Amino acid sequence: MRKAIGLIFLLLGGAALLAGAEVNQDWLKRVPPQERARTNPYTSQADAIAAGGRLFADRCARCHGADLEGAHGKPGLKTDVVRGATDGELFWLLRNGDLRHGMPSWSGLPEPERWEIIAFLKSSR
Amino acid sequence: MEGVGTATRRLSRVWPGVALIALGFLAGSQRCEAQEPPYFVTYSHAMEEPGNLEIEFKGTQAAPKNDNAFGGGTVEFEYGAKAWWTTEVYLSGQTTANDSTIFTGFRWENRFRPLLQEHWINPVLYFEYENTSADRSFLEIVGNDGVDDLLLRNGQARPDVERELEMKLILSSNAKGWNFSENFITEKNLQTSEPYEFGYAVAASRPLSFRAGARECAFCRENFAAGAEMYGGLGTTDSFGLRATSHYVAPTVGWNIPRGPTIQFSPSFGLNDNSLAVLWRVGVQYEFQQFFSRFRRGGR
Repeated sequence: MRKAIGLIFLLLGGAALLAGAEVNQDWLKRVPPQERARTNPYTSQADAIAAGGRLFADRCARCHGADLEGAHGKPGLKTDVVRGATDGELFWLLRNGDLRHGMPSWSGLPEPERWEIIAFLKSSR
Repeated sequence: MEGVGTATRRLSRVWPGVALIALGFLAGSQRCEAQEPPYFVTYSHAMEEPGNLEIEFKGTQAAPKNDNAFGGGTVEFEYGAKAWWTTEVYLSGQTTANDSTIFTGFRWENRFRPLLQEHWINPVLYFEYENTSADRSFLEIVGNDGVDDLLLRNGQARPDVERELEMKLILSSNAKGWNFSENFITEKNLQTSEPYEFGYAVAASRPLSFRAGARECAFCRENFAAGAEMYGGLGTTDSFGLRATSHYVAPTVGWNIPRGPTIQFSPSFGLNDNSLAVLWRVGVQYEFQQFFSRFRRGGR
């Protein structure tokens, strides 16, 4: 019994250490060049922007604010970093998240829906 | 031996209360959607978003041949502690026709994503402590679990409380809109010198549409996901393999209702004599975004 409990703590601690092992860097620096260069197939398409707005309201607004100004201590998206990011960089962030800093991965969303969200974000600048 | 009707009547006495509590929670909350595939047994690498609380009810119902029909219910409270750490508590009960309705115990589960970026295959480490007896939730199948376990009456099975540690290696990939997940399971009884038990679960699913529409609608294809899972036992350290194990294959479908809960449904079909012929599953889940911030000053 004691061995098993010790094993639990060892494994939990190991997992936490592994999770903390990644270097804390600005996410932008981690985007590979080929990802950076990707372009949004739905740029400026009205229906994609509307769909992206719906997706943003459903999944993102609670943390980033319906007005993109941030909420509950989470960052707003009307920043120079987001404004200056390429479509590919934002797409990379949505796929990978920034787990160390609380941004979840949205890889479970189909790619077209992630591009729709980016079309909405770019239209809201 | 009789059954489905009696079990259903018993369940119908309990579930309205559960539904009322759930409605109370839902009142005043806003639309929220998880991105989890519609699986009942298999885990993907989708974690709960940090700060979100998901409450889910999972029901099972089956009418074993030559035995009493039963229904099981599990309420899950899943919380995103970090973007890479999800913790979850389960409370389970069951009702068996011509027998009784009992609380069967609790589980506490933790899932960790050791790699902080998305990869071709994404591992998740899973640890769970179980304290259950006469459990019929079928949340996993391990070792030599099978229909024979269901023969005991609740009064006989309940004193045998199982305190177990369950560990899973979850491997999962998202590609071209599909999710593919594989789980390798091991379970150990912490009280006795029983051997380690092993099991597996594999699944694939996809949303029916990869694009969201400009307008919200309840029955749009984007709100539905479909897939299939297969799961079963792999024996123990003493007798590893497929001998005297049970296995199921299950088509599964999920419906994400706009401004409402996600509803999942799945019939599991037994693949050998040691399995139930059909195990019906239904799930209802609702996610509260940034749950604890609602109680802070300025929170909604």
